[in-house]
Amino acid sequence: MAEKIKIAQYWGAGCGGCDVALLDIDAKILDIHAIAEVVFWPIGFDGKLEDIEKMPDKSITVSFYNGAIRNSENEHVAKLLRAKSVIMISFGSCACFGGTPGLGNVTNREEVFDTVYKKTQSTDNPKGVYPQEITKVPEGELELPKFYNDVKTLDEVIDVDYFMPGCPPTVNLIALAVDAVVQHVTKGAPLPPKGTVIASDKTLCDECKKERVEKNRRIDKIYQAYEIKPDPKKCLLDQGIICIGPATRAGCGAMCPNANMPCRGCMGPTKAVIDQGASMLSAVSSLLNITDSESTLSEEQIMEMMMQVKDPLGTFYAFTLPKSPLRRIVKERNKKG
Amino acid sequence: MSSDAHNHQKAGADHGFEPKIIVFCCNWCSYAGADLAGVSRLQMPPHFRVIRVMCSARVDPEFVLRAFERGADGILVAGCHPADCHYIGGNYRTRRRIALLKMLIQQFGYDTDRLQLEWISAGEGEKFQKTMTEFTNTINELGPSPIRGGE
Repeated sequence: MAEKIKIAQYWGAGCGGCDVALLDIDAKILDIHAIAEVVFWPIGFDGKLEDIEKMPDKSITVSFYNGAIRNSENEHVAKLLRAKSVIMISFGSCACFGGTPGLGNVTNREEVFDTVYKKTQSTDNPKGVYPQEITKVPEGELELPKFYNDVKTLDEVIDVDYFMPGCPPTVNLIALAVDAVVQHVTKGAPLPPKGTVIASDKTLCDECKKERVEKNRRIDKIYQAYEIKPDPKKCLLDQGIICIGPATRAGCGAMCPNANMPCRGCMGPTKAVIDQGASMLSAVSSLLNITDSESTLSEEQIMEMMMQVKDPLGTFYAFTLPKSPLRRIVKERNKKG
Repeated sequence: MSSDAHNHQKAGADHGFEPKIIVFCCNWCSYAGADLAGVSRLQMPPHFRVIRVMCSARVDPEFVLRAFERGADGILVAGCHPADCHYIGGNYRTRRRIALLKMLIQQFGYDTDRLQLEWISAGEGEKFQKTMTEFTNTINELGPSPIRGGE
C-alpha cells in the first residue's frame, strides 16, 4: 500500500479515558497501524504543536478530539487540528455535549478559582496566588492558557464532521468508525454523511435486556440507586430508580443497566430530540402513579412528590449541560422579597 | 385579543421594560377562556403571546426551556381544572412536569415565579384576565430574564 494516512488524537478538558478507550480496541489497532501513522497524540507520544503547525492544511486524514473546551489552549488546538484535518471527529461525551466537565457551567471562573486556590481544606495559599495568563519573570514572559468562564462543546468552536458520544465511546463504536475510515482509505468506500452520530438511532431501552412493564407503567416512589437492591431481571425505572435510558441514544449495549446500575445518559439525546434532560424530566413526571384522589391533591403535595427527584439538574444533565437550552446557570438581578 | 396597553406595568415602565410572556393554552378550556376574555373586551396588559396546544400536557418541558433560551421573561401554562381534562389525565402530568421544571429552573438560577401553571376553564374569562394581569406584574417586578438582561 502507498503512503500511510496521518491521524491525530487530542484531549481537551477530559479525563484521559477516551485516549485509553482507543487502545481498548485490541487487535483492531493493527488495522490502524497498517494504514496510518499517528502524528500527534499527547498521551501516547512526545509530539510538538509546532510540528503540527508546520504541516500543510488538510494533511491529517482524521483527527479525534476528546474533551470539552475549557480554556484557550483547548480551543487553539481544536482550531489547529481542524485546519490540518480532512475529517474531524468529536470523540466522547465531553467533546460532543460537555460531559462531566460541562457541569462546570453551574459555576463560573471566579468561583472555580476561589474554591481551588483558596477554599479547599488542602489549600495553603496565604499570599493568594492565582494563575495568571501572563507572568513577568526576569527571563521574560510566561504564558498560561486563558481559563474560560463557560465550558463549551467542540462544535461550538469548530466545524465537526462526526460525533461519537459515550463516556468513553465503546469498543464497538470505535471499531465501526475505524472500519469506515479504513474502508474509505483502502477501497474508496463512501463516508457517512457529515454530522452523522456514530451510534444507534434508537433509545437505550431498545438494547437493554431487562424486562419492562409494557402497559400502564407506574411507579409509586423514587429511589436513589443505593437505597434498594433492584431485581436484576426487571427494568430499573419500573422499580423506581431513575435510569436515563428512555431519553438516551443507544449504541453502548446498555452496559450500565445490564450491570444493575441506572443509565446516566452519557450517550446523549436520541435522534428524535434535542434536549435529553427535558425528555427525561417529562418521562419521570409521567411515570409517577396517578390515583383516584389525584384531583384533590394540592400543588404543595405535588411539589412534595416531585421533590423525590433530588437534584434535577445533576440528574438530567449529567453529561449534556453545555448543550442544553439553558446552557449554564444565571443570576436574577431583582431578587424579590 | 387585548389591544389596549392600559396602565398595568408599573415597576418596569421606568426602564422601558416590555416583558415577553409566553402563554400555552390548552385547546379545550384555557384557550376558550382566553377567547372569552377577549370577546368580553376585558382589559389586560398586552405583553403576552398565546400559543394554543391541544392539551397542557402537550407542552413538552423542552418548549418551556427553549422559550427561556430565546429570551422569554415569563411562561404561563394554562390547562383545564383537575378532573376536567378533555383527555382525562393530561393536566395531572402537566402539573408534575411544571413542579419538576420549577425545581430545575431554580437550579439554573431563575426565579421560580417566571414559570406558572394555572387552571382556567372555558367560562373563566375573568380569571384569565386576572391571571394575566397578576403574572405580568410579577414579571415586571422581576425584570428581564437573566439570560438576556442579567449577568
